[in-house]
Amino acid sequence: MSGENIKLKIRSLRKTYGSVVALDSADIDLRDGEFLTLLGPSGSGKSTLLWAVAGLNDPDSGQIWIDGREATHLPPFQREIGMVFQNYALFPHMTIGQNIGFPLEMRKMNRIDREKAVMRVLDMVKLGHVADRYPQELSGGQQQRIALARAFVYEPSIILMDEPLGALDKKLRDHLQLEIKHLHEQLGVTIMYVTHDQEEAMVMSDRICLMNNARVEQIGTPEDLYFRPNTVFAADFLGESNLVDGIIRDVNGNGASVEIGGAGLTRALPNPNLSVGERVKLMTRPEAIEVLGAGESRPNEVSGTLREVIVGGGATKLFVELQGGATMRVTQLTRAATERLCPGAELRLGWEQHAAVVLKHAELESEL
Amino acid sequence: MNIATHDGSLAPSRLSRLVTRHGRIAPALIFLAVFFVLPVSMLFGLSFLDSDGALTLEHYQRLWDKPVYLKVLGITLKTAAWTTALCILGGYPIAYLLATVAKTTRARLTILVLMPFWTSFLVRTFAWIVLLGRKGAVNTFLLDIGVIEQPIKMIFNFTGVMIGMSHALMPLAVLTMLSVMEGIDANLSKAGSTMGARGGQTFWRIYFPLSVPGIAAGGMLVFITSLGFFITPALLGGARDTMIVQTIIFQIKEILNWGFAGAIGVLLMVAVLMIFFVYDKLLGLSTLSGGAATRAASLSKNPIGYVGAQVGGLFTRGMGTLCEWIGIAIGRLFPRRADKRRAGGGRIAIWMVGLLMMGFLALPALFIIPVSFTESGFLGWPPQGFSLKWYQALADTPVWANAALRSFTVAILASSLGMLLGVPAAFMLARSSFSGKGAVFAFLVSPIIIPNIFIAVGLFFLYAKIGLVGTTIGLILGHTVLAIPYVVITVLAVVKGYDQNLDMAASTLGANRKQTFLRVTLPMIRSGMIAAFMFAFIISFDELTIALFVTGGEVTTLPKQMWDDALLRVSPALAAVATLLLLFMSAFILVSEIIKRRAAKRS
Repeated sequence: MSGENIKLKIRSLRKTYGSVVALDSADIDLRDGEFLTLLGPSGSGKSTLLWAVAGLNDPDSGQIWIDGREATHLPPFQREIGMVFQNYALFPHMTIGQNIGFPLEMRKMNRIDREKAVMRVLDMVKLGHVADRYPQELSGGQQQRIALARAFVYEPSIILMDEPLGALDKKLRDHLQLEIKHLHEQLGVTIMYVTHDQEEAMVMSDRICLMNNARVEQIGTPEDLYFRPNTVFAADFLGESNLVDGIIRDVNGNGASVEIGGAGLTRALPNPNLSVGERVKLMTRPEAIEVLGAGESRPNEVSGTLREVIVGGGATKLFVELQGGATMRVTQLTRAATERLCPGAELRLGWEQHAAVVLKHAELESEL
Repeated sequence: MNIATHDGSLAPSRLSRLVTRHGRIAPALIFLAVFFVLPVSMLFGLSFLDSDGALTLEHYQRLWDKPVYLKVLGITLKTAAWTTALCILGGYPIAYLLATVAKTTRARLTILVLMPFWTSFLVRTFAWIVLLGRKGAVNTFLLDIGVIEQPIKMIFNFTGVMIGMSHALMPLAVLTMLSVMEGIDANLSKAGSTMGARGGQTFWRIYFPLSVPGIAAGGMLVFITSLGFFITPALLGGARDTMIVQTIIFQIKEILNWGFAGAIGVLLMVAVLMIFFVYDKLLGLSTLSGGAATRAASLSKNPIGYVGAQVGGLFTRGMGTLCEWIGIAIGRLFPRRADKRRAGGGRIAIWMVGLLMMGFLALPALFIIPVSFTESGFLGWPPQGFSLKWYQALADTPVWANAALRSFTVAILASSLGMLLGVPAAFMLARSSFSGKGAVFAFLVSPIIIPNIFIAVGLFFLYAKIGLVGTTIGLILGHTVLAIPYVVITVLAVVKGYDQNLDMAASTLGANRKQTFLRVTLPMIRSGMIAAFMFAFIISFDELTIALFVTGGEVTTLPKQMWDDALLRVSPALAAVATLLLLFMSAFILVSEIIKRRAAKRS
């Protein structure tokens, strides 16, 4: 991150379509050179937010500042932003060179400078040889690289990307994720990126803005969101999680004591928003839970019965039914079959205090 | 269900294999060969024969010697060119508006374009007489408010022809352009604006070039169709606006000079083919079938296309820059406020122009209704008093009731026969692959590309030899020729959109072929079939050209009776017929649209 300059400031932004609230009270600061991802399920408002920043929809209330200048209702062409669309939005009647040259032409750059700039970005995305071809003559991955080049060429203040890799297959997507990340690092540009793929968000972002139901759920670094989610939704949306019902028995600056149904008292990270006696969800990540052998011990321990073992490539998942009836998932590296546990075995599970988070009780809307 | 058990038990003989291979498509091909290719070739053949049946070029010699025919061809081309230009200019805003509104709004607004498209040409032409005549609504209005002192002459001259023809053909241009514009990705204009292009630049540099195939296809269809027009120039034009089809009709009806009529026909046909050729070189015939396929790459390889692309590029760049300056000037006068919501002035302007043009299309026909209730004996505006006497007069003259009944019978039978021949052919085209499929499709739809007059005159000649002139059956066969292309196009679209996996699913669930068809396929495509039938029905019900010739003055249809009356005088009685026809057709079109929508929703 190249500084603490605020490139984009969004305050209480709201957008409705008829009676549907698509975005409500969004507050976001985007720092210079930062890669911020808007992550959320479809309909969570992430694209509405991105389009409002681009000027492609007109917000009902709230403000947007780009580079310290108010831009809330400015038309897109006065905003100095770049945008990469999911379906690339390359102009089919123009060659690749003309496509990339278009924003420069709109800025009245002369032909010679334009051609130089076009060749420079084409080399940058390793497609220097396609300038005279038409978009439909390129593969999907190549088209997306051209779309990136077209957004980078005029060095806009912020580059917005609306699920740019959504139409590509898994392998190509992984490859382009890294390519975009490297371009971001090399050029130091500021990027706001939309995706519904949590893995993609984790790989690429400096910070993630998790959205749900037209609102911002939580903003933070990928580690923040993964290890210290604020809500059940956040815990569930990013990665796998065990969410066990419990009741707070004690809380102080060092931690919280949570009683989970029939399995005893456990210690978790402190959460000042919760008080003694409150019903909560205790969140742990399956890979942070260990199966304890004889003589081993951990600050938090529960015992239960192994119900199912699923070997999925490198990782093995164990489903353990606790004495209170709740099920906990445990993820281990896959070991040779002889060392594997069999369903029906009685196990002791253990985890560190910092691996457990207490969250305000909430039921998830859908079982995934 | 003994049909079901019967199916599949047939031993595979050579005959049945032959039938399954060609049986679906052969009847339609044979029918068109006999009632379309044969008569049209006979007509063209006649142009090389003298009155004794010997080979001669005398008809062509005469065409060349008499400058009047080349002059008429010139007038015809000029009329068609102007009609095309007006239809594109007026139709583009409508198509653009329809392509850029929400889907549900589009569905509703499209009816405003479809209604006039399917309303009888004759009725619409009468409406213009009511509106634009010396004592018409427009002149009366302008005189009343004192803008003019003398009535302006707006019909029985070129202006009248232009108004009537652009009104008649603009829906065709709109629908063709719309099919291309619907395929233009809305994100492209948005992408342009994020890159710094103002509204004018995004339109001229991005949207407009992508809509050019639609303009070309729409222009082409309008141009070709206008070449074959005679109703509008005859009723709204003056003597100097005579078009080539009128001279063919004159040669046959008045002089009985078949060979010379054929020669004029060949002249028109050669003109049509030359235009097709140039169009193909410039833009490629495949654009006619719609779709915003970009052909920039292949075009730049051919010299005509290359020059066209360069000129087009200069034009769009110039227009883009011009609009940008206007935008900047407006921006100076009324600076954009970053903290105020946008007003959307441009969008409002598009709506206004689009609705204005749709009003031009949809409203004139309505003027025919009040005049049909006039007490006065001639068509004048405003209608005098209120009387049902013209309707009474219709009821008292059996000729109208007979004509209506015959039109109805002919339309039902012709569209049924069209379905019988066209549906299996469409199924075969959609589902099997065989060599020459493209040619077969082109052949099946060619009757709507060839001007109707050739089919009409050719059939007249053929029928004269086999004694079908003046028979209802002759009329039905003629209308079937026109119905087949519409049935094939409509059903083909429906069948292509049908997921054949559903049939396979049904058969894995234990349904045999008959059951699969009756229980799964048919319910899914039924609405499309009904739409195809109604389409064919309207084509036949409204058809004048073929009726004009093959009825031989004995049996008459509704359009023919109206035409005969209109040539004498456009009277309030005719307005009464037109009103009834308008109501009937509108109800019919609305029903078929609703059925079509329902079909679209399901798939």
